[in-house]
Amino acid sequence: MTSTKLTVEYIKNLLEMGRRLDGRSLNEFREIKVKYGISKKAEGSAEVCVGNTRVVAGVKMEIGEPYPDTPNKGVLVTTAEFLAMAAPEFEPGLPGEDAIELARVVDRGIREGNAIDMEKLCIVEGEKVWVVFLDIFVLNHDGNLIDAAGMATMAALLDARMPKLTEDYEVDRSELTDPLPIRDIPIPITVRKHNEHLILDTTALEEEVLKGKFTVTTKINGNLCAMQLSDGMAMTKEEVLKAVRLARDTSSRIRENIFGDQLKRVKKQ
Amino acid sequence: MSDKASKDFHENIKDHLRPDGRKPDDFRPIKIEVGVIKRADGSAYVEFGKTRVVAAVYGPEPMHPRHLADPEKAVLICRYNMLPFSVEERKKPGPDRRSIEISKVVKDALSTVVVLEEFPKCMISVDMVVLEADAGTRVAALTAASLALADAGIPMREMISAIACGRANGQIVVDLTKEEEDAEDAVDVPVAMSSLTKRISLLQMDGDLTIEEFEAILDKASNSCVKIHAMQRDALLKKYKKEGEEVDIDDEY
Amino acid sequence: MKDADSSSKAEIVLPGDILYRGKNMLPGRGTYRHGDEIISKVVGLKAVKDRTISVIPLAGAYIPKVGDYIIGEIVEVGLNYWLVDINSPYQAAMLMFDIPEFVEKNADISRYYDFGDIIYAKITNVTKTKYINLTMKDSKCRKLVGGLIVHITPSKVPRLIGKKGSMVSMIKNITGSFILVGQNGRVWIKGGHETLAAEAIYMIDMYSHQKGLTEKVEEFLKKELEKEGDGNVRQSK
Repeated sequence: MTSTKLTVEYIKNLLEMGRRLDGRSLNEFREIKVKYGISKKAEGSAEVCVGNTRVVAGVKMEIGEPYPDTPNKGVLVTTAEFLAMAAPEFEPGLPGEDAIELARVVDRGIREGNAIDMEKLCIVEGEKVWVVFLDIFVLNHDGNLIDAAGMATMAALLDARMPKLTEDYEVDRSELTDPLPIRDIPIPITVRKHNEHLILDTTALEEEVLKGKFTVTTKINGNLCAMQLSDGMAMTKEEVLKAVRLARDTSSRIRENIFGDQLKRVKKQ
Repeated sequence: MSDKASKDFHENIKDHLRPDGRKPDDFRPIKIEVGVIKRADGSAYVEFGKTRVVAAVYGPEPMHPRHLADPEKAVLICRYNMLPFSVEERKKPGPDRRSIEISKVVKDALSTVVVLEEFPKCMISVDMVVLEADAGTRVAALTAASLALADAGIPMREMISAIACGRANGQIVVDLTKEEEDAEDAVDVPVAMSSLTKRISLLQMDGDLTIEEFEAILDKASNSCVKIHAMQRDALLKKYKKEGEEVDIDDEY
Repeated sequence: MKDADSSSKAEIVLPGDILYRGKNMLPGRGTYRHGDEIISKVVGLKAVKDRTISVIPLAGAYIPKVGDYIIGEIVEVGLNYWLVDINSPYQAAMLMFDIPEFVEKNADISRYYDFGDIIYAKITNVTKTKYINLTMKDSKCRKLVGGLIVHITPSKVPRLIGKKGSMVSMIKNITGSFILVGQNGRVWIKGGHETLAAEAIYMIDMYSHQKGLTEKVEEFLKKELEKEGDGNVRQSK
């Protein structure tokens, strides 16, 4: 807890009037910056800054066994860690429930949004497939972590190139080959709520006031692929539907803005 | 309705029966019982078909470890756990990432109704155990947890009822089984709704839905939660009715 | 709306149940106001007294309130205070000047009440943050020596006391025991057929919902006494 009761009340009153401390409107995002290839050792990597929030994501690929119920599909493994440096309230150690939730929400968006053509990652059906490791690290926490993590993950996937496969099924990293078979660009958008107002892209300070969040991940065609309401927020059915529409529209705008070039490539396939 | 239309209608219904013979809006057989763990302060058992869950509540009691206590309100602790033999393939005992996430969303949902401010510095623990799993375990666990809290005498602004709705084999259905969840087009949407203000406090989804489909699912889910709440009421009243009849109000106040 | 002191069959209500619509009544214990409505927040019995609607809980931990007589156990002796376990999530404090005895300057206060001592005390203050104060400066309050303590679910204490004290006096009369009931669910029994009195109390805890419980307990006690061949049932009144 870094904010006083006074600040909390002040922020609430501002929100009530449709205003925010940093002058943004309620559904306005901070500036989003994407930097690709932040680690040359990774198959793909990216850093996304949303205002002061800073998240890096990396893709590593290895050869492994498929799940028995999907013998012809690659495997996706997503983890997330809130680094102790990212905020005074973060402690070192195993990922807590918030980090686990973030990883699982981002994972479901990528997986169910069919971001990757998993069948293309099959090497020998039932025996050998590519395992895609997605590792997300929060370097600086200034709110809206899930959205930033979702964008960073997507950026890293779009940046990734598959390592070469030798004849005896070994990974040869000296040579990167084709880009990952990306088929969609699902983007998660998290909506928070103060009374009847819906708010996007909250800062860490605002999140101390607004407990509760609703994350909606949408695909290029506007379909929903993952949702998660949590942190103790209660919404009416009408509010849920309003939030879903707001998230879908925002997601499509952001996708256009930050992944405009890749979008054309993905749509072509 | 003309004879032909009526015939078509019935044909249609028959076509759309689900693998276990249910209609789209039908629940599996539901059984709810309150007060099943005698040593606990409150407890409940919920059965949705082959999905069977027990929840038990202890507290309010002093928070341990002490430095985690909140001077303004009680801390709610939820633990969702699956027995190793509750699923097809043995599940390794203890919490995994899935159960940690479920514990969290269940806690988040309950915290919207439990009046935690009445017990500063305390903790209230809710333990949920899945005895047998056939899809919908988190909603069964949440339905049971809400009852167990009421049974423990913990103040709540309203009750919470939960159900999973979704799409399977081309239609929108209520209370999916594992078999339906494994359908090619299956989407499972667990939803929890409060009994009085009808507000949604748990909502998860993964799959591929249009907004229209989602709206239909949400409608079905909220109607179903109203029905589940009626069953929760009956179960609680069954336990407390007898006790209530005998106590005279002016004995105490 | 029922009459103020109606003690006819009480209605069982559940969390979230609407108890009243309108602005003429006030929300009491176990309830809250939601717009124009008064809502129950616990499982209990709806009670209407004057202009207040409350719900008497049928379950739950003992929540201390001012004026309650409770049975506590000293769990910590400080320099000038005692901490007392009162069978509640919160411990109570008893300060040096809360006891009738004269405490000498710089005395070790464990001379008066020591670790493990059992007291029958009265609650004088409960703050919002649940600091609780006890006093022994009351004619009913005393240290409890000897006998035994049994526990009953705190919400069932009214059942044990019975209408106008009928249940507990019946047990006292038949067993010849001295019985003190703490509102916190602890009961002290001393003298007479102590274990028999304890059994009767457990019986009430277990079968509190049964009809005609007073008669059943009375029958049980008399039968047990006959078995013991003790015709010498003391009738204190």
